Parts: sequence; structure tokens; C-alpha cells
Amino acid sequence: MTPDPSPAPTDTRLRTQDEIAARVKALESMLIEKGIMTTEAIDRLAEIYENEVGPQLGAKVVARAWTDPEFKQRLLADASAACADMGIGGLQGEEMVVVENTDTVHNAIVCTLCSCYPWPVLGLPPNWYKAPAYRSRIVREPRKVLAEDFGFEIPDSVEIRLWDSSSELRYWVLPKRPEGTEDMGAFELAALVTRDSMIGVGPAASPTA
Amino acid sequence: MNGVFDLGGTDGLGPVVTDENEPVFRAEWEKAAFAMFSNCFRAGFFGIDSFRHSIEKMDPAEYLLSNYYEHWMHVIEDFGAQKGVIDPAELEERTRFFLENPDAPMPDRTDPDLLAFVDAVVRSGAPANRPIDKVAKFAVGDRVTVLADSPYGHTRRARYVRGRTGEITGAHGGAIYPDSAGNGGPEAPEHLYTVRFTAEELWGPEVAEPNNVTYVDLWEPYLSLAS
Repeated sequence: MTPDPSPAPTDTRLRTQDEIAARVKALESMLIEKGIMTTEAIDRLAEIYENEVGPQLGAKVVARAWTDPEFKQRLLADASAACADMGIGGLQGEEMVVVENTDTVHNAIVCTLCSCYPWPVLGLPPNWYKAPAYRSRIVREPRKVLAEDFGFEIPDSVEIRLWDSSSELRYWVLPKRPEGTEDMGAFELAALVTRDSMIGVGPAASPTA
Repeated sequence: MNGVFDLGGTDGLGPVVTDENEPVFRAEWEKAAFAMFSNCFRAGFFGIDSFRHSIEKMDPAEYLLSNYYEHWMHVIEDFGAQKGVIDPAELEERTRFFLENPDAPMPDRTDPDLLAFVDAVVRSGAPANRPIDKVAKFAVGDRVTVLADSPYGHTRRARYVRGRTGEITGAHGGAIYPDSAGNGGPEAPEHLYTVRFTAEELWGPEVAEPNNVTYVDLWEPYLSLAS
């Protein structure tokens, strides 16, 4: 490999929202005319990730794992197969790996090189997950980031495991079941499973909160 | 390539800024930019690895400061021009037009096959694991050291693990090799492993936070048995 050519210095210029919107429309119109794109495909994709595929699916999987030990074993052994049994899976989750939080281990996910994230169970990532601050710091000072940026204290006695999604494997977290939920069923429990708890930057919600 | 996108361990980038009420798409243009990825993937613009490398080649200051989906737009412009689909001069001209006429309608076109593709690809994905004839050189439990040199072009060998030693905790068989596919080469599958590094190994015993480890997925050519 030889070095990639550097962009011309004049290319460095941040655009306003209006300028970005106009540029996207310009590109979109050209791609439509070339037979590559349609506005209905845009609408369909937006519909899928706004209303169909999101953290509510991961929450269903977690709640089932909390209430069904046999399913939990399958989920930890082969997350994609276990999720497929619930009709959950697909793009950016072809090979999913679920890592379990316990009293002695806390897990969190990151993509330091880009923005890899398990779409079929969590939907599209929040902007902070894709932004430089989280990607740079969570591997270097995880306790500090969790405590100071997310208000989530992890005692030094608990091992923190970071999972940097550098390949097409997609990691996500099985959070600890909150205390005081012994009598709750999977449907009720799913409402306590937050997106952040499956990234590993927060706990599952408490039933009393 | 050594670039700013390779962020693991970089200091000085400020606090994590979260927004509890953030919508999935913050503007209409984000929906269109998001859709361009799968639509142009179908049209043969790029694979996932060359898509990533195109983003890596953005102006670094712009990369750090711009909206996330502008990175995707950059790729569409980059490959659109390479494939002869997007003429840069025409793009500038149309951009000026839409800036002055923000409500001008899009060309009208329907494509049932594209709609069917969208639903199918969301449901089934595009797996990157591949059959491989080569015998794996390493196994779970092996201690391995990551090649320390700095390659040009696309790689997933992040700088913060180069030269570091860890233990293989997972062996995943063959997978598309980004250092080939991301640089315009064939898929050239290689064995993929998960390697666990202690914080002390990554950041130094004086600096590392207590009791933490990082797992990174690494391809066989990145690794050698630790001496």
C-alpha cells in the first residue's frame, strides 16, 4: 500500500444544516435519476429504524433471559441463533455476542475505529456513541467515564470488560436483573431494560424508580 | 493508515454529551443520507470495508467536527464520482439549486425491487464470516503480540493495541480480511480471533485504571505468538 492522497486544504469547511440538507437533496436527486435510489426506499428505512427495530427488541431478549435459564444459556452460547428464535436479527447483527454482567463483572461496548453497534437489538446508535469523546475515552478511563459522564459508579472490586467491536462481531450486554423484581414476568421486566444498560453505560431501571 | 478516526486512548476530546430525547433521525436529510448506504451498497458502490476506508480518508478536522451522517455522504460522493455516477460539478450546481429552492420536489420514481431489497437486507444482513481452507495458527489460550508497524491504507489494527500482548479468548474461523477488502482487494478471508488485553498492558501500570480489560477482534496476520 502507498499513502492515500491528502484532501485539498480547501475542502475543510463545516456546513450549516441548510447547506447539508441542500447537498443531500442534490445527491439524492442524482441517485434517483440514475436508478439507484427512491424516496420510498428512504421512507421505508426510516420507518423500520424509527418504529420497528430498536432497543425494545433487545429488552424483550434480556427479559426472557432473566426469566428463562435455558434461553439465557443459549443466548450466551450463540446470541444470533437465540435471537433468531424470537424473530430478531439481521443487518449489523449477523454474528452477535452477548456478554453477561454479574456481581463481579461489568461489561460495556464501544467501537473505537468507527461506529459498529448491534442494530437488530438496539436500533441505530445514539450520537454520543459515534462521537469522538466516548470512543476515545471509554477504553482508557472506563470507570471515570461511567461515573462522571453517565453517573454510573462501578466499584473497583468489579472487573470492567470493554468490548471494542473491531470486526463484524456485534457485542452487547446482558445487564443485571434489578433487585425487587422477583415477582415480575418477562413483559413487565422488559420495560426496565434500557438501551444504555445493554450498551453497558447504565443499570437496568429499578422497579421502584 | 494512521488517522484521527483511530480514537482509542486519544485524550482531550471532552466529555460525553448525551441527549435523552434524541430522535433516531435528527433531520430529514439524515434519513436520506442513512438510506444512501444500503441503496448504494446494492448498486455496487462499495463493501462495508471500503465504505469505512472512504470515511477514514475524510479531511481529519472535518471528520472530528461534522455531523455523523455527513461522513456517510462523503462516501457516496467519493464512490459516486469513482463509479462515474455523480459528476462533482453537477453536484455543486444542484446543491446551489436546492439551497435556493429547498422545497423543490425530488424526481419521481418507484422501484419495487429496491423496496424488497431494503426489507430483505434489514432482515437477513450481509454476513462477513467466510469458509477458510487455511489451518488456524492460534487457539484459545495462546498469548499473542499484535504487529507493531504502521500500514498505509485500511486496517482494523487499532494503534492502541499495536505492539501489545494479550490472550486469545475466542477463535471465530474465517472472516473477510479488511486489510484486503478495504483497500480494493478481494475478500481474502483470514482467521479471526478475540484477544483480551489488560489495562496495564495497554496504558502502563502507573496510568491504568484498576481491574479492567479490553477485548479486541483481530485477524491472524495481525498476530504472532508472544515470546
